[in-house]
Amino acid sequence: MKLIAAMSGGVDSAVAAARAVEAGHEVIGVHLALAANPQKYRSGARGCCTIEDSHDARRAADVIGIPFYIWDMAEEFHDGVVEDFLAEYSAGRTPNPCLRCNEKIKFAAVLDRARAMGFDGVVTGHYARTQISDSGKTLHRAVDHSKDQSYVLSVLTVEQIAGAIFPLGDTTKVDIRAEAERRGLAVAQKPDSHDICFVPSGDNAGWLRDRLGSEVGPIVDQDGNKIGEHKGAYTYTIGQRKGLGLTVPTADGSPRFVLKIEPVSNTVVVGAREDLAISTMRGERPVWCGPAVTAEPQRGFVQVRAHGSALPCTYFFDGTLLVAELDEPLLGLATGQAMVIYDGDRVVGSATICETQ
Amino acid sequence: MPSIYVDHAATTPMSPAAISAISQQMQQLGNPSSLHSHGRAARKALEDARELIAEQVHCLPSEVIFTASGTEANNIALKGLFWNGKKSGKQVVVISEIEHHAILDPAHWLNTHEGAEVITIPVSNSGVIDLQVLRDTVSARGSEIAVISIMHSNNETGVLQPIKEVVEIAGDIPVHTDAVQSFKKVPVSYKELGVTALTLSAHKIGGPLGIGALILRRAFEIPALLHGGGQEREIRSGTLNAPSIVAFAQAAHEKYPSEAVSQLRDSFIAGVKNAVPDAYINGEISARLPGIVNVTFPGTQSDTLLLLLDSAHVSASTGSACSAGVHEASHVLLAMGHNEVSAQSSLRFSFGSTSTQADVDYVLSVLPDVISRGRAANNL
Repeated sequence: MKLIAAMSGGVDSAVAAARAVEAGHEVIGVHLALAANPQKYRSGARGCCTIEDSHDARRAADVIGIPFYIWDMAEEFHDGVVEDFLAEYSAGRTPNPCLRCNEKIKFAAVLDRARAMGFDGVVTGHYARTQISDSGKTLHRAVDHSKDQSYVLSVLTVEQIAGAIFPLGDTTKVDIRAEAERRGLAVAQKPDSHDICFVPSGDNAGWLRDRLGSEVGPIVDQDGNKIGEHKGAYTYTIGQRKGLGLTVPTADGSPRFVLKIEPVSNTVVVGAREDLAISTMRGERPVWCGPAVTAEPQRGFVQVRAHGSALPCTYFFDGTLLVAELDEPLLGLATGQAMVIYDGDRVVGSATICETQ
Repeated sequence: MPSIYVDHAATTPMSPAAISAISQQMQQLGNPSSLHSHGRAARKALEDARELIAEQVHCLPSEVIFTASGTEANNIALKGLFWNGKKSGKQVVVISEIEHHAILDPAHWLNTHEGAEVITIPVSNSGVIDLQVLRDTVSARGSEIAVISIMHSNNETGVLQPIKEVVEIAGDIPVHTDAVQSFKKVPVSYKELGVTALTLSAHKIGGPLGIGALILRRAFEIPALLHGGGQEREIRSGTLNAPSIVAFAQAAHEKYPSEAVSQLRDSFIAGVKNAVPDAYINGEISARLPGIVNVTFPGTQSDTLLLLLDSAHVSASTGSACSAGVHEASHVLLAMGHNEVSAQSSLRFSFGSTSTQADVDYVLSVLPDVISRGRAANNL
């Protein structure tokens, strides 16, 4: 096949591209320029869009022996990922930008462009697997569960999965580094990137404050009594206990947790630990990674964070929302996060959590 | 597998004689500045080369200052002539909108670091500088102008510029011209042009990379950028690169097949118009270099086209600068009246002495598919 390998400048995408070449595909390496004004150098393990990273990607492509190009996706990234991130936080939800990037950039803008140019698909260094079964090509967890990235890929449609190649899903990260070393790729020991690539400082709250302002608002208990003040509701997360700065203690001295963020009134609601418990979640804008989920309840697992646990549940689609009823209650769940349904290792589909109870 | 090179304006193959000259000279021991027999032998080879180059560009051998690149020669000329003028209170630098970055960026630097005022002369839609604007600028500000620098021909479009007229208009104001693309492709005579300074580069004419020259009028002193041994008239220090200089002279002495190259270019243009009817040639009505064609393919993006051409084993170029690997709209095409979109839909194909009709035919054979895929990718 003719493939575009998305190369970030990191070790994973470099080995993925090398493996695709070895598998006999015709591969062209492409680095996505996602920042309009990229920084020259990496600082620590954060960020992935510096000029230094694009040099690393180019060097890896040279060593592998494939052509290399840079695609400017800064505008698409800003509109589809950064703006969405800000809008979600302003609305009191907790978004996952990596998931949005896969949905709107890597397997949409890039895959569409690749297909239009006559390529068959896109290779990435994600830790996930695909399998061909009777129901077509399906998405599965990576063998290395500690590195599994199927969660952030759960926004891919069947059509997008058909054009996605994940050569690393059968290998552990340790082995990928060793393989990179063997292949003479200089990025073999390059640190993993963490956090959010467009917040190079790693200070998400500060980054949000710079863009959304820090309007002071009340922190209230469930009865609406004001018990403190905050500087920007969006800097809190559901389930947060530390750093609330509350001056009025509870009667029994038990700790309080963030239960709710209300953007319109700029209010943070806190309460007892047990009030965080939820047993049902509903998600909007569902995407099916294989056969569509029906109204017929099914047993499976739901995962609500990129590296969270798979929680046993019963799930179904009510015609509008994807619903998961948990076997055991879960503490602290923010709307805006993705709920991803698994059938064993297979990704069934995902939706953006809009209601919890 | 074919491998078609249509980017001769970026760099062109070294001629076999130049390769042989550089290898032979590399086997000769001796620093040309040394006084002993080894040094004298190297010096002789170098001075022979200087004379050959002087003969080709119609200047005195003593007017040739060897540099490590055309960029360096441009920097020495622009900054040096500015500093010279500044001594008598002249603070204005005049350039054109379509200069190479090796002039644009030093001019910008002089503005931000040395207080220069930079006046930029616009070009017409056909890519030629507006002499009337230059005339008006000189008559209004002449006494303040330290240097005028206008390229001899443009590297993206190949359009030739009226340097003789520029010199006439300039009067006593020193004029520099970047003749890197023109040298050997069209007649370039330092004497006839009457410029004060002129830039050459070896690797555009079949010589090696990393060697260039500034032709600067005899006894015309300007401040140095590199200080050291004072090898080249105290204007350019650094051990003289005899092997590269000897090969530069060899290449400069060879005949460039202008006629054949312009025939290939014309055959390519006809083929492009036939294959892609809405494509158009930038600067087509102007006098141009024989080897450069700049084409706009409406509804495409040049970086997509380059990737597709590369996949089809064709090496072409946008001719414009990259910022972090991302192609920017060409300042040259923008100056010629393009908008950002059409400027980013343009490619440069450039032919050289080793180009053949088979190269042209091959590029034309893959072009329709490349353009239609490029359009599909652009229409998403």
